[in-house]
Amino acid sequence: MLCLSRQLLQQIREHARESYPQEGCGAMLGWAHGKSKEVRQVEAIPNERLEQASRRFLISSKAVRELERRAEERGWAVLGFFHSHPDAESVPSLYDREHAWPWYSYLIVSVREGQSRDERCWNLRDDRSGFQREELVILGGD
Amino acid sequence: MAVKVFIPTPLRGFAGNQEYVELEGSSVDEVLQRLVQRHEPLKRHLFAEDGKLRNFVNVYLNDEDIRYLEREQTPISEGDSLSIVPSIAGGASSVEGLPALAPEEIERYSRHLIMPEVGMEGQRRLKQARVLCIGAGGLGSPLSLYLAAAGVGRLGLVDFDVVDFSNLQRQLLHHTSDVGRPKLQSAREKLTAINPEVTVETHQTRLTSENALELFGQYEIIADGTDNFPTRYLVNDACVLTGKPNVYGSIFRFEGQASVFATPGGPCYRCLYPEPPPPGLVPSCAEGGVLGILPGLVGVIQATEVIKLILGRGDSLAGRLLLFDALAMRFREMRLRRNPDCPVCGDHPTIRELIDYEEFCGVTPQQADSTAVPEVTPLELKRELDGGKDVFVLDVRNPPEVEICRLERSHVIPLGELMERVHELDSARDIVVHCKSGARSAQAIQQLNKLGFGKLRNLKGGILAWAEQVDPSLPRY
Repeated sequence: MLCLSRQLLQQIREHARESYPQEGCGAMLGWAHGKSKEVRQVEAIPNERLEQASRRFLISSKAVRELERRAEERGWAVLGFFHSHPDAESVPSLYDREHAWPWYSYLIVSVREGQSRDERCWNLRDDRSGFQREELVILGGD
Repeated sequence: MAVKVFIPTPLRGFAGNQEYVELEGSSVDEVLQRLVQRHEPLKRHLFAEDGKLRNFVNVYLNDEDIRYLEREQTPISEGDSLSIVPSIAGGASSVEGLPALAPEEIERYSRHLIMPEVGMEGQRRLKQARVLCIGAGGLGSPLSLYLAAAGVGRLGLVDFDVVDFSNLQRQLLHHTSDVGRPKLQSAREKLTAINPEVTVETHQTRLTSENALELFGQYEIIADGTDNFPTRYLVNDACVLTGKPNVYGSIFRFEGQASVFATPGGPCYRCLYPEPPPPGLVPSCAEGGVLGILPGLVGVIQATEVIKLILGRGDSLAGRLLLFDALAMRFREMRLRRNPDCPVCGDHPTIRELIDYEEFCGVTPQQADSTAVPEVTPLELKRELDGGKDVFVLDVRNPPEVEICRLERSHVIPLGELMERVHELDSARDIVVHCKSGARSAQAIQQLNKLGFGKLRNLKGGILAWAEQVDPSLPRY
């Protein structure tokens, strides 16, 4: 279960919209208690993939180390990552699966014609056979 | 040399929830091998099937990425630390490793290439794709013809049947001159003639629980063009177990269905239909008929969904069941959801391997055929009738079938009307019941037995056997 405030979700959507038609991506930091996670901060990260950026994103290990460092300073963890699928569904691709890590939450935002449409959250199965939906709980009112 | 290996958060669950593991070794490779020996579940996340480090797994020796040192051969000194650091990649997909297009292919696919949704990348993706069509019949024809024309690189077909005259009304892969030939031989010729760039792989075999997983493992997408419940459940379960999308279509008379099952997080066929219908309740196309155009429509919808899955474009039918009615010329849509209690794709699946699908669907030989009821062969019946024996011949087929051919002096009550019209029968007389090939008449006898009829026999092999053994002038259908 990934808990996220409406305000933080709005930031993710906004970033996905601004990045269109390229893929936008970023990280989610916060607390992890067993299998439930609470996002306290989202960070947009420049897509390091310059070629084919409408279909791919990359966050280098260097950037991930930085994120880990910043999260640890606040007693948090890197909970997972978000990225957008321009003009495609919020469902992981085969490419997503091949590159995914277990435990992390993967939030995918579908952006159609420049508008963020829906988002779904996924976990890689431990045997890497595929993704399973992770419950996304949006906290707070409008 | 003793070294601390720091485990990243997502992998700690596979390494005893430790932040680091202390190991011995003289090179990075040696230390990593010891790590996965000690914590075996880590292995599949760190190493690809070819034994190499996955390309998004980064290893730092102290503060330096080993790619800038001597990679896995980098030597280790006492007190060093190794960190495994994820890089995060994803997105719709990658073009690396996609096959190139030859100039004649660029010409062939030009109408695809000029659309941004396909483009060079999409067409190369089609060329790389591996799709398996189950069945080379009604649905398999449009499916494989269009997928071959569209440039799907490897197209597998599974079928064990031979071409019959009654196939030609809808199975456009097969021509009149192909009657009597194996369907796959005929299919290979047609598909290669349309597009010689496509590798057609024929699997001349019945799909079974023994061969399905191995076969599905060779492909990325499975398109189900089967005409019976046991195979449909087999295809579904094998797709869930191998993690392959199941592009589903089915047809009956004037109506068709299509959907995409077993995608990540999406429903499967069992979420929609947990149990098969009782045997005999839903007639097959051979019994109930099918409009020849219908598989064309439904198969083309399946082909469209296959192409969309390969391209990663558009909204797939996953989570939606498309219903088509040719007489009304109307499409309807039903929302489908994955059932968390589904026995195969649910949260706690009880089916973890393929089962006996004939048994599951209740079509074990004892139940499916007519051995449970007394039988008479066509030749015996002919002898009795010629000898003047008082035999009442009851035909339980539907009126359009009776119009094609009928036995002399037979009485027609379609199976569906039998219970309401049972007063037309005299339980004191010898009654021989027949249909097209013996299955429906066996059901009729079972129903009549329950009402107290005792002198009932089933014409073995139905009117088809009569036409073969007694009266070759009767048309066969």
